[in-house]
Amino acid sequence: MTDAIGVILFTGVIAYAVFGGADFGAGFWDLTAGGAVRGSAPRSLIDRSIGPVWEANHTWLIYCLVVLWTGFPPAFAAITTTLYIPLGLAALGIVLRGSGFAFRKVTLRTAQQRLTGVLFAVSSVLTPFCFGGIAGAVASGRVPSAGGGAPLSSWLNPTGVLGGVLAVVVCAYLAAVFLSSAATHPYRDEALHLYFRRRALAAGIAVGIVCMAGVFVLHADAPRLFHQLTTRGLALLIVSAAAGLAALATLRARRPRLPRPLASLAVATVIAGWGVAQYPYLLGTHLSLTQAAAPDSTLWVLVAVACTAAVLIAPSLAALYVLHERDRLTSSA
Amino acid sequence: MPSASCATTVVLQALASAGEPSQLLPAREQMAFTLGFHIIIVPFGVAFTFLILLANHRGLRRGDEQAMLLARRWSKVAAVLFAVGAVSGTVLTFELGILWPGLMGQYGAAFGFPFAIEGIFFFLEAIFMSFYIYGWDRLSPWAHFWSGVPVVISSLGGAAAVVAANAWMNQPGGITMHAGRIVDVSPAKVFFNGAFWFETIHMLLAAYIVAGFVVAGVYAAGMLKGRRDAYHRTGFLIGFVVAAVTVPMQIFVGDLIARQVFVSEPAKFAAIEMLPDSGDHVPETLGGVLIDGKVRYGLPIPDVASLLAGFRPSTHIDGLDAIPAPVRPSDAGVSIVHLAFDVMVGASMALLALSVWFAWLWWRHRRVPTNVWFLRCAALSGVVALVSLESGWVVTEVGRQPWTVVGLLLTRDAVTTHGNLWPFFGATAIIYVSVGTGALLVLRALRRRWAAEGDEDVQVPYGPEAPAVSAASPEGRTP
Repeated sequence: MTDAIGVILFTGVIAYAVFGGADFGAGFWDLTAGGAVRGSAPRSLIDRSIGPVWEANHTWLIYCLVVLWTGFPPAFAAITTTLYIPLGLAALGIVLRGSGFAFRKVTLRTAQQRLTGVLFAVSSVLTPFCFGGIAGAVASGRVPSAGGGAPLSSWLNPTGVLGGVLAVVVCAYLAAVFLSSAATHPYRDEALHLYFRRRALAAGIAVGIVCMAGVFVLHADAPRLFHQLTTRGLALLIVSAAAGLAALATLRARRPRLPRPLASLAVATVIAGWGVAQYPYLLGTHLSLTQAAAPDSTLWVLVAVACTAAVLIAPSLAALYVLHERDRLTSSA
Repeated sequence: MPSASCATTVVLQALASAGEPSQLLPAREQMAFTLGFHIIIVPFGVAFTFLILLANHRGLRRGDEQAMLLARRWSKVAAVLFAVGAVSGTVLTFELGILWPGLMGQYGAAFGFPFAIEGIFFFLEAIFMSFYIYGWDRLSPWAHFWSGVPVVISSLGGAAAVVAANAWMNQPGGITMHAGRIVDVSPAKVFFNGAFWFETIHMLLAAYIVAGFVVAGVYAAGMLKGRRDAYHRTGFLIGFVVAAVTVPMQIFVGDLIARQVFVSEPAKFAAIEMLPDSGDHVPETLGGVLIDGKVRYGLPIPDVASLLAGFRPSTHIDGLDAIPAPVRPSDAGVSIVHLAFDVMVGASMALLALSVWFAWLWWRHRRVPTNVWFLRCAALSGVVALVSLESGWVVTEVGRQPWTVVGLLLTRDAVTTHGNLWPFFGATAIIYVSVGTGALLVLRALRRRWAAEGDEDVQVPYGPEAPAVSAASPEGRTP
C-alpha cells in the first residue's frame, strides 16, 4: 500500500521533470538567445510551444506536493524545515517565471519585454537548480527525519550541486529536443530546427559530462546512493543513456515523432533510477516509506485520487497535447 | 482623529501580541498577505469563467455579436488572471510547508488530502482553460463553448476542496489521535466536516458576487464616461444581474452561518459579537473596539445579538470569559474580528441596497439604468464586494486564533522554528506587489487598446495570438 503511494508520488515527479522540465529548459534557451533582434525567432517559437501547455505541466508540481504532504506528512515537514531556502527560492522563481512569461507577451515595448523576459528566463534556470538541489539533499540523506537539518550545507554540497546542475542541463536538453522537433513539425522552420538541434547536441554533451562527473561526486559524497544506482538502478540508467542518444540521432534523421518520446524516456528513466535506488527509504536511510506513511484510510484516498487522475486527467492532457501538436491551439482571436 | 488612532493602537497591539515564537509574526503576516492576494484572484477563476460562458452562449444562441466580443475579450482577461492565480496558489502550497510544518507534519494525513482532490480539479481547470482560451476560431463554436463548461464545474469542485481543508481547521473531525500522531482518518468526516457546506456555499456565492460586481463596475465606469452602447450595456448587465441575484442568497446563507458559528464555534462568535461577558439579552454592538477587556466606542443595539442567535432576547451567549484564559484571543484580535464582521455585513447590505435599486429602476424603465448616481455606485460595487470578501476571510482566519486547528493545534505550535522568515516575507511582498502591479498594468493596456482600436489583434499570455505572419518570424511577435 505504502509502495503504491510511493509509485504514485514518483509518477508525479517524473511527469513534472519531463513536462515541466521542458518548459524550464525553454526558459534557459530564452535566456541565452541573445539580443532582441537575433533572439526574436527562437523566443517566438518558445512562446508558441509552451504557451498553451505550461499551466497544465506546472500542475504536476502541485500534485507532487499534495501527495507528499498527504501520504508522508512527517517527511514533508522534515523537508520543508531543512530545505526552506531552496524551496522558498523555487517558489518565488515560479511566480517570477509565470508572470514574467505572461507579461512579456502582452507588453509591446522592447525595454519592457526585455525586463519581463529576463525575469522569465533567469527564474527558469534558478528554479530547476533549486529543485535539483532539493533532490540531491533528499537522495544523499541530508534531511533528518525530525527536520531542521542544516539550512545551507544540506543542499549546497557536492550531491546537491550535482543535482542542481544536472537539473538545469537536463531541462535545457529536453527543451532543445522538444523545440527542435516542434520547429520541424508543426511549424516547418528549417533554420530554427537546426538552431535548436545544435543546442540539443550541446546540451546532450553537457548532460554526459555532468553525469561522468556525477559518478565521482556520488562515489565520494553519497556512497550508498552510488551503490544502489550502480546495482539496482543500473538497467534504468543504461536505458536512459541509450534513449538520450537515440533522441539526438532521430533528431538528426528528421523523424519528427521520435525525438520527443525518446528524450522524455531518458529523463523518466533516470528519475525512476533515483526512486529505485532510494527504495524503501524516503529520506536517506533513516526514514522509510512505511515509517513516514499516513494511516491507510488516507492512503486509499490518494489511490482514488490517482485513479481519477488516470481516468480524467490523462485523456484530457493527451487531447491538449494532440491539439497543440497539430497547431490547433494558437488561434487568432 | 480618535478613530484613526484607535485603529492604529489596535494594529500595534495585534503586532505586539502576535510575536511569541520569533517566527510567528512574519509567518502570520506572510500567510495573511499571500492568501489575501490570492483570494482576490479566486473569484475570477471560479465565477468569471461562468460570466464568459453566459456571454458566449448569448452570442451563439442569439447571434449577439457584442456578447460574443465580450466573451472573447473576457477570456483574454481570464488568461492573465488565471496565470497570476496559478503561480500565487503554488506559493501557498510551499508556504504551508515552509511556514507551518507543525500543521503539515502532524495533521497532513487529514488536512492534506482535500488538497489532493483539489489538485484533480485544478488540473482539469488548467487543461480546459487552455482549450477554451486557445480554441477560439480553431474549434467549432459550440465545441469551443462546451470546452469552457468543465472549467466552471471543476472550479466549483476545486474551491470546495480547498474550503473543506479550511473548514476542517475550524471544526476538525474524523481523526483518531494516538500519542500525538494521527492513527486513523475517516475521509468523509474530514472532508464533509461540520463547517464544510456552510463555508463552501458562502465562498462560492462570494466569488460570484465579487466577479459579477467587478465586471459590472468596469462597464458602469465606461457608461459614466459616455460609452453607453450595446457592448457596455451587455457587459454591465451580465455581471450585475448575476451578482445581484446572488447577494440576497448570500445574506440568507450568511445569517444561517452566523447561527451555526454560534452553536459550533462559540469562541469565534464571542469575538464576532465582541462580547466580554457571557449572558442573555446581549446587545448587537456596531463598530467599537475592545480595550482592556471593555467594549469602547461601539453603538449597542439592545437584545439584537441574542435575537439573531436564538430568536429570543433571553438567548444566552457565551462571552470571551467562557474561553479558558490561556487560549483566549487578545483584545486586539477580537476587535479585528468584530470590525471585519461589521465591514463584511455592512458592505453586503450596501450591495443588497444597490441590487434593489437596480430592480426598481429596471421595473420603472425596462432598460439598463442611466441614472448617474446609480452608475457611480455600481462603478464602486466591485471594490465594495472585494472589501467584503477580504473582511469575511479575516473573520474566519483571525477569529480562529490562537488556534490553527481548533482545540488541537495552537498557531504558535504550528509555526516553523527554523531560519529567519523576514527576508522570505520581504522578497515575497516585493514580488507580489510587482506581479499585482504588472497584472493591473497589463489589463489597463488591454483595455486601452480595445477602447482605441476596437479590434482584436491583441496578444495575451497563453491567449490567442495575433494572426501569425509566419511561424517564427520576428514580425510574428508584434500584433
